[in-house]
Amino acid sequence: MTVDTQLPFDKQYVSQYSEKRNEPQWMTELRQQALEKADTLPMPKPDKTKIDKWNFSQFNHEAEGQPISTLTELPEGVQSFLNTEDEGQNLLIQRNNSVAYTSLNQELKDKGVIFTDIFTAAKEHSDLLEQYFMKDGVQVDEHRLTALHAALMNGGVFVYVPKNVELEQPIQSVFWQEDPSVATFNHVLVVAEEGSSITYVENYISHNESDETVANIVTEVIAKDNAKVSFGAVDNFAPGTTTYVNRRGVAYRDASIQWALGQMNDGNTVSENVTYLMGDNAYSDAKTVSVGRGDQKQNFTAKIVHYGVNSEGYILQHGVMKDNASAIFNGIGKIEHGASKSNAEQESRVLMLSSGARGDANPILLIEEDDVTAGHAASVGRVDPEQLFYLMSRGISQEEAERLVIHGFLAPVVKQLPIEAVKNQLREVIERKVY
Amino acid sequence: MAGSTLVIKDLHVEIEGKEIIKGLNLTINGGEFHAVMGPNGTGKSTLASAVMGHPKYEVTGGSITLDGEDVLEMEVDERAQAGLFLAMQYPSEISGVTNSDFLRSSINAKREEGDEINLMKFIKEMDKNMDELEMDKNMAQRYLNEGFSGGEKKRNEILQLMMNKPEIAILDEIDSGLDIDALKVVSKGINKMRDEKFGCLIITHYQRLLNYITPDKVHVMMQGRIVKSGGPELAQRLEEEGYDWIKQELGIEDETVGQEA
Repeated sequence: MTVDTQLPFDKQYVSQYSEKRNEPQWMTELRQQALEKADTLPMPKPDKTKIDKWNFSQFNHEAEGQPISTLTELPEGVQSFLNTEDEGQNLLIQRNNSVAYTSLNQELKDKGVIFTDIFTAAKEHSDLLEQYFMKDGVQVDEHRLTALHAALMNGGVFVYVPKNVELEQPIQSVFWQEDPSVATFNHVLVVAEEGSSITYVENYISHNESDETVANIVTEVIAKDNAKVSFGAVDNFAPGTTTYVNRRGVAYRDASIQWALGQMNDGNTVSENVTYLMGDNAYSDAKTVSVGRGDQKQNFTAKIVHYGVNSEGYILQHGVMKDNASAIFNGIGKIEHGASKSNAEQESRVLMLSSGARGDANPILLIEEDDVTAGHAASVGRVDPEQLFYLMSRGISQEEAERLVIHGFLAPVVKQLPIEAVKNQLREVIERKVY
Repeated sequence: MAGSTLVIKDLHVEIEGKEIIKGLNLTINGGEFHAVMGPNGTGKSTLASAVMGHPKYEVTGGSITLDGEDVLEMEVDERAQAGLFLAMQYPSEISGVTNSDFLRSSINAKREEGDEINLMKFIKEMDKNMDELEMDKNMAQRYLNEGFSGGEKKRNEILQLMMNKPEIAILDEIDSGLDIDALKVVSKGINKMRDEKFGCLIITHYQRLLNYITPDKVHVMMQGRIVKSGGPELAQRLEEEGYDWIKQELGIEDETVGQEA
């Protein structure tokens, strides 16, 4: 059987790539099968956004990155995502497809916490990784992009928190795509065992203004019974990168997954964030903030699916669109039959700063159980002239007044981000994107 | 120097093509408290908004000057920087911006860069003024007017007045929705501002506010202009007799704007 994926990466390439990294056999096979499937599977179809003309095929796949010995060697634009003062932090920096820097508190290591790049995890924790990798979260064969992701995965991290281990300090990954043409096929897997808790934050950074490339990212978060995962992210890909990012959570009984996502890419983006509340009393909230500018087209989905009794899901999406940017915000709460006493709430708000900007908020509730509560709110509008008048009547300039209103509009999500440095960085990114 | 002077001459103001103010004259000097009274629908709040430069109100004739400077040429923020202040009837709610940050920005907006107000001094002054207005201290850290009750919003307007120290302030129905205790507190704050330099225009529907703040001059507004002016005794007479005697005196049947034909 011939494999024609319209990509310069065939079965042989994938096998060699896997071999070169001494991957376990299950992963090599998974890659090969995925590549075959990619050939026949359709592209995903995000609601109301046509992606068939987007670049998902033109990119290079491999580039090494030089290691660094101190954080201050990093360029300013990467350093600003870090707390460079703190040497004892739990941090991994991926430069292109290599690990450039890594640091994990000894105490956590002693407790059995794993925080390592995905290739090392495949070698050193093969069984553990295999148990979760594209099993209960994202499936290989959901569509062409998930299959391609599995076939061509070229980076990412594995985080594992053993039973009852509670991390007080956050864990942070910085994915710096230094080479402007190399794609980011990152896989992030976070597993929190029963009764454990973790705060994880990740940042994606690239600077390819004109070089075209692709990011195809899958993140899976598994929260076992009574585990707590707080997940923060700031996506910051440059205009040349077309992004598909799929962040998915699975929460079992009494578990909670909290997402705070800063969706700040400058290129076309499809972002899916789905959480399955499998167990009774499972909880998730998904807070996202997005800014669109230029001619960017974006599609954001936040979805929480309730299976467990008395499960709670809250979605809050805030987006600002300027220039000719357009974005669709889908907020979906789905309560399956049997998930009685559950509560699904969602709110989508879009603020448009120019007449060419377009925003569309679609709150959707799909309910197949009687004994539940649910609610949704959506609005798409412009900066309120009464608010501007009020602020300006106190001597504040129009520009500053608009800035205050926009910051205020995005603040409910920004303040949720778990690391101070990242929070400040997100504020700066917003500032830069809005003005 | 007795403060600033605001001069409004033959002012005409339209909203969505409808003329609301039809040739209004008023001069407010520093040190003076003026009250503009009148029934609903006579153009009082339009006057306040037009002086501050609300984008919905179009000035179609006349002039407004502050110490000879053309106010109508100024943007809203420039009017504030020139020394004007409007305490609003319905202040906006701004999420994500704390009351205290907003106050500090507004004070610094009137100062030169590098000459921003000292943070400790600012906090001390804010605390003092909040005590004066019997405001809960945690209101400083709440988002601007968000979820504030009607009375809290009015107190917050007066807090801004006290902190901003304008030359000329316009208080638009600052008494509406206040119970008697809140009215006394708010009046106390406004009276604190009184000195030989500060000029104030109090717009009110009811005389009762003027029991606590004694105006130097009282003006009655009907059909989009000032139809009668006098001293504090005029407010007293309005309290006792209502507006009908003025309407009779002037031959006005319906005092609201647009009914004079």
